[in-house]
Amino acid sequence: MTDKEKASRPCDVCGSGKAVVHLTQVVNNEKTTLHLCQRCAAEKGLQAAGGTTAGHLPLVDFLAKMGGGEEVPAGEAGGESACPFCGLSAGDFKEVGRLGCPHCYATFETHIKGLLRRIHGSTQHVGKVYLPPDPSVTDKEKRLNALRQKLQRAVSLEDFERAAKLRDEIRSLEPTP
Amino acid sequence: MDELANVPDYGLGWLDASGPASDIVLSTRVRLARNLQGIPFGPRSRVNDREAVLGRVREAARRSPHLEGASLWELPHMDSRSRRILLERRLVSRELVGGEGGVPSNGAAVFLSALEPVSVMVNEEDHLRLQCLLSGLRLHEAWALADTLDEELGAQLPWAYHQEFGFLTTCPTNVGTGLRASVLMHLPGLVLTKEIGQVLSGLNQVGLTFRGLYGEGSEVLGNFFQVSNQTTLGKSEEDLVDHLHQIVQQVIQYEKQARQVLLREARAITEDKIWRAYGLLRYARSLSFEELINLLSGLRLGASLKLLPDLRVYTLNKILIYSQAAHLEQAAGRDLPPPECDAHRASFVRRVLTREGVANSEGGDTVEST
Repeated sequence: MTDKEKASRPCDVCGSGKAVVHLTQVVNNEKTTLHLCQRCAAEKGLQAAGGTTAGHLPLVDFLAKMGGGEEVPAGEAGGESACPFCGLSAGDFKEVGRLGCPHCYATFETHIKGLLRRIHGSTQHVGKVYLPPDPSVTDKEKRLNALRQKLQRAVSLEDFERAAKLRDEIRSLEPTP
Repeated sequence: MDELANVPDYGLGWLDASGPASDIVLSTRVRLARNLQGIPFGPRSRVNDREAVLGRVREAARRSPHLEGASLWELPHMDSRSRRILLERRLVSRELVGGEGGVPSNGAAVFLSALEPVSVMVNEEDHLRLQCLLSGLRLHEAWALADTLDEELGAQLPWAYHQEFGFLTTCPTNVGTGLRASVLMHLPGLVLTKEIGQVLSGLNQVGLTFRGLYGEGSEVLGNFFQVSNQTTLGKSEEDLVDHLHQIVQQVIQYEKQARQVLLREARAITEDKIWRAYGLLRYARSLSFEELINLLSGLRLGASLKLLPDLRVYTLNKILIYSQAAHLEQAAGRDLPPPECDAHRASFVRRVLTREGVANSEGGDTVEST
């Protein structure tokens, strides 16, 4: 199709709008092209080149694509296993893109790791080390280590206000002699 | 429960435009997603789970200095207009109010601090969303406040936390730090000089994303862009905030350069656009919100470039919030069907501009008479 033909073509979905997005997909070696107006394209989460609508793919599609290349291990396959705490199955998760409860992270750990790697480029949290209510000695040590690292960073950046706060926080956690 | 009308400025401290670069950056927001151990996440929670979450947060809030004297707004107990007011002030999400014309689920609530610019949404997608909203570009300050609030609540409530994945969230896109830092920017210079596409695709390349005025899924209106971090795991909160801050500063520079280009290359056209926008807003008898926000963009540019003398950013921020439908209905004391709402909006804008607009409409005239 020439550019001129493309420009005058109506939208394949609603038939009324002028097609501005031309989506070509190749599935099983078969090429299909969909011509969409701005509105219908936006509904599908697509955006014309250079457009300024808040363009991002709907989350579910995005997650489905993210998880697409990830093999769900046999034990975690849809329907076969479900989270023992909330009952969410791997199939449910793939469909809605949301986890059911904190335990789901352990239940679907392998699948989630693949997903996190694709979304965030990492699976390892390096932010705040949480100190729960009534922390154990180990909890406190982990938190102290993290705070000391932060302190070093603040000092190297000459952020002395932050460094002073961190020092106070470290002192409050350190065991009294 | 308090009536929202009695506390008209709740959560609107940022309107004063006191923050750095507030002519380009309207506001900075940092939110932290947190969930309680042993309770299903929002979408799979039952009524008693949600009520248990709210009960525990209420208890913890009493002992949190940052939430001292905070008011609690339970959404199912509020009338629809008050809920929309909270939404229009960006203090709650569409999801928390139950979507467009929907009903909020049991236990959906928000705590609004009376002392600090912080709030806590309860029973949204995650059990808690701690938020801090400040004027201008103040990412580090917003993060520090959200962090302190997190410490206060986390010392009483057992957060769902995993050694490897960090703070656990309903959606894997938020896991780790649970931090979303966003900056609401007004970028008419980049839009008018057609540089915006390049800037926005540049944001994607450096791990940032943008949305419209009302967050996820909302349309870009009036040249307002919310720029935020895309990933939440694998970097510390400080690094995420530093990175966003650096990039936003660059975007501010690009926007300033674009504005200088407009003044240099197309001053007459730019002035004409700005004064036409002012004229329409000053005298129109009916204004849709979309028309208003587009015209307001011209005024904001004019105020920033000192082409509209005496017009303060505070006045423009106030118009932006108080000319939304639920706020107009609140002022009128009744529901307003769209044509009436547009008339009320125009009347409100005329009143504000008469009082706080450009004192002398010839003030910006740069063409010398012969």
